[in-house]
Amino acid sequence: MGDKKDIATIKKEKEKWDKDRYQPLIAKHPERKQRFENLSSNAIQHLYTPEDIADNEYCKDIGFPGQYPFLRGVHATMHRGRLWTMRQFAGFGSAEETNQRYKYLLEHGETGLSVAFDYPTLYGYDTDHPLSRGEFGKCGVAISSLQDMEILFRDIPIDQVTTSMTINGPAAIVWAFYIANAENRGISKNIIGGTIQNDILKEYIAQKSYIFPPEPSMRLIVDTFEYGSQHVPRWNTISISGYHIREAGSTAVQELAFTVGDGIEYVKWALDRGLNIDEFAPRLSFFFNAHNDFFEEIAKYRAARRIWARELKALGAKKQRSMLMRFHTQTAGCSLSAQQPEINIVRVTLQALAAVLGGTQSLHTNSMDEALALPSEKAVRIALRTQQIIAEESGVTHTIDPLGGSYYIEWLTDQMEEQTYKYWDRVEQLGGVLPAIEKGFFQREIANAAYKYQKEIDEKQRIVVGVNDYQLDEEIDIPLLKMDELGEERQIKRLADLRKNRNNQKVQRALNSLKKAAEGERNMMPAILECVYSYATLGETCQILRDVFGEYEEPAIY
Amino acid sequence: MNDALIQQVLSGDQRSIARLITCAENNDPDATAAMKKIHPHTGSAHIIGITGVMGSGKSTLIYELTRLYRKMGKTVGIIAIDPTSPFSGGALLGDRVRMMELAMDEGVFIRSMGTRGMLGGLTSAVYDVVEILDASGKDIVIIETVGVGQAEVDIIKIADTTLVVVVPGLGDSIQTLKAGVMEIADIYVVNKADRPGVEQTIAEVESLVDITCSGKDRKTPVLATTAKQSEGIEELVQAIINHRSYLSEVHLFEKQRRQRYEAELIEIIRKRLMGFIFDEETFKERIESLLDQISKKNIDPYSAANEILAHIIK
Amino acid sequence: MRKRKIRVLIAKPGLDGHDRGAKIVARALRDAGMEVIYTGLHQTAAMIVEAAIQEDVDVVGLSLLSGAHMTLFVDVAHLLKEKDMDDVLIIGGGIIPEQDIPKLKKEGISAIFGPGTPAEEIVAYINENVKT
Repeated sequence: MGDKKDIATIKKEKEKWDKDRYQPLIAKHPERKQRFENLSSNAIQHLYTPEDIADNEYCKDIGFPGQYPFLRGVHATMHRGRLWTMRQFAGFGSAEETNQRYKYLLEHGETGLSVAFDYPTLYGYDTDHPLSRGEFGKCGVAISSLQDMEILFRDIPIDQVTTSMTINGPAAIVWAFYIANAENRGISKNIIGGTIQNDILKEYIAQKSYIFPPEPSMRLIVDTFEYGSQHVPRWNTISISGYHIREAGSTAVQELAFTVGDGIEYVKWALDRGLNIDEFAPRLSFFFNAHNDFFEEIAKYRAARRIWARELKALGAKKQRSMLMRFHTQTAGCSLSAQQPEINIVRVTLQALAAVLGGTQSLHTNSMDEALALPSEKAVRIALRTQQIIAEESGVTHTIDPLGGSYYIEWLTDQMEEQTYKYWDRVEQLGGVLPAIEKGFFQREIANAAYKYQKEIDEKQRIVVGVNDYQLDEEIDIPLLKMDELGEERQIKRLADLRKNRNNQKVQRALNSLKKAAEGERNMMPAILECVYSYATLGETCQILRDVFGEYEEPAIY
Repeated sequence: MNDALIQQVLSGDQRSIARLITCAENNDPDATAAMKKIHPHTGSAHIIGITGVMGSGKSTLIYELTRLYRKMGKTVGIIAIDPTSPFSGGALLGDRVRMMELAMDEGVFIRSMGTRGMLGGLTSAVYDVVEILDASGKDIVIIETVGVGQAEVDIIKIADTTLVVVVPGLGDSIQTLKAGVMEIADIYVVNKADRPGVEQTIAEVESLVDITCSGKDRKTPVLATTAKQSEGIEELVQAIINHRSYLSEVHLFEKQRRQRYEAELIEIIRKRLMGFIFDEETFKERIESLLDQISKKNIDPYSAANEILAHIIK
Repeated sequence: MRKRKIRVLIAKPGLDGHDRGAKIVARALRDAGMEVIYTGLHQTAAMIVEAAIQEDVDVVGLSLLSGAHMTLFVDVAHLLKEKDMDDVLIIGGGIIPEQDIPKLKKEGISAIFGPGTPAEEIVAYINENVKT
């Protein structure tokens, strides 16, 4: 940007400044570090000027919001038109307890729901399964049947508010619970809106809550794309995630590269099935982390949008809506400390601000007690207020993409994009995403980055306030969430009653139907819905799929 | 290491076996006494060495082999060896990950070992561990190592039957295995046979076999398996059984065992000698001073060695 | 290289899939000269204890972030005791609220290393407390 003559002048002047001002100063007073690095270990210069982004052409490379390449934002009005959805991830104990929390959050101003499930549910086990021992409700709500889903959303207007569900292995089944519950309440599946995470690739890479091996899992996912585009048009049938990859220890560049790479893999699978890209691509959504390096995160979101637009165009997308990347963001849980937990509020604020300046469509802010327990009411309220203050008081939403044109931000966006393509070359060489997963490529990159990061902290090359510096020996004095201790027993009894009182012949018929569908080739969603309506449990339905598809075992990588 | 414990080992008690293995690894004097008592009870197990580059699916292959052996009523001991870091002396022993549930079968015993070796080869304790598992009644003892180096060549000294595992599409998994390593195989296994390029890999291995086995009375079999799908395992077990029969027929079995004992003897002597020289306080000072002299070029390493040996070989 | 090596089992009991910390600790212990056996995910108490016996470990390290520690850590501790593995040092890490630590200690878990613990602290603790 800027014509060649101007750039040449700037270059000359910068050299002069360097010689006359900068070098003499650092000779007398060295900078605080030899090398300033961001979290992807990229060296950051002392100053950026138009020279650093001279190759960019504004209209082609930067452009305008709501228009290809969508670098500056996916909508023409962005947050001036509509604020991001304030969507706090929540869930614990039984459906009753979580229902209360949802009402609390809506009362306090959140604008979208987000469901956290417990481990047994994430793995497709009912609460009374032997492997569920001790795990009921601990890190999310337990949903074993349609009945639980009914309780979870009791008195909540799901025709007016959208729901995001963080579920992967059994996502199709849990989505079916939601659909069935809506329909039973007289709310058509044509109008319900929400998201299922349903991103199995990152499970193999990072979050590890997979069930089946890759091929049948991908088949199920494409089934949901197909079913959604035909019957549940306002639903995002996937939330292609980088959050977990980052939490597992990856760098920002890795988060970007691996996530968008996964997205392209899903598109290819859907295209292989014969689906029309302009029919399913508009309902693909993304989910990123908002970590500590403020400007790197902003550059990451912008690069993601531009890369996605370019790649989808190359894959044949014609509609604008197919090329724009909508994403939800969550602030980085792994960056928060157990020590002096109040200061986490500050961390979260900066991270949330980065997400907003990066153009997120939806945001979850972590609570200060993240490293200690599930959020207390007070902690989650403050987290919500953080978003509200940014929205109402900070003024950052007065204009779209305020950091656009910053020499540093545009340079960093370009660099992250370049490094993403380098990663993709390596994945290509390994034979593609699935072979790379099998060879442990992503897992190894992540484990190495995580180890490096930890070593830097242990050696105090990287300071975490309150953890390896500015420490305080104090008793933690914030309220912690207490859960109902009798919840597990109640749930087990409820399941026993359900199994007794339902029409078990109907259940068996439905399960048999599903088995046939799974063994065949047709879309499994209708058969799954049939099971769900008959009140077959999550575990029973999932077991059918386990029997047909088998279970995945990960390669041993540290 | 009392007799009761040795009896426990011979009767197959897991805890005692595990404890004795630890003593052997740590060069416990108690272990030596125990090994003396154990040795007469060895000899009936079939020792199988399995080597191949990382990513060749050895662990899954061993898992499947073990399952089949168990179905056949055989008990199995597995020694999974991973490299010890020459810098820290520590090791990440990760092969067990694949076999956690398998180990719950009382007819299966799995032990992870670091190479701990000073010279990068197999630790001398592996000889002991093989004998312990053998004496404790295991019909089959499988030794697994990661393969591109010394450890793999060492494995032929210990194993009756050595398997070398390659996979198609790992670029040059055959070239990367140095020529010496490839030649140690009694059986070649081309695993992940569902991958593209498998025919070519089999052809490459077979042509290698043609070269190395020309003029010999046994042609090394090349088998294809897809361990993840439990395919080719029965044929592999049969090939292993065939090899065992072959060894007996041509009277190679005893000869190989003898070579193993020779290697073990050398290893025990070497270990004790080195231990004597480098660990005993009596020599430490002498060695330190000799090292100073060598650094100052007052004496050369050969003469220094002569001085030390003169004390031992009187 | 003649010194006795400390053998550590790093285990992930239950359904929790967060293995970043467990893997980092495993590497750190390896760098400190220990032999580390990592169990992988989704282990039952029986599988963990079986491994502890066969591998004759000095330390069992349990990692859990899902909140199920009061059940699962205690299961492992009880089973180890049942199998006469009293000389094994049991340590834990992950997301464990302060108020649960005294109860865990009573059940036989010697120390809990929460988020932010430097690796060297764990190494030092093991070196000082392992039963020779």
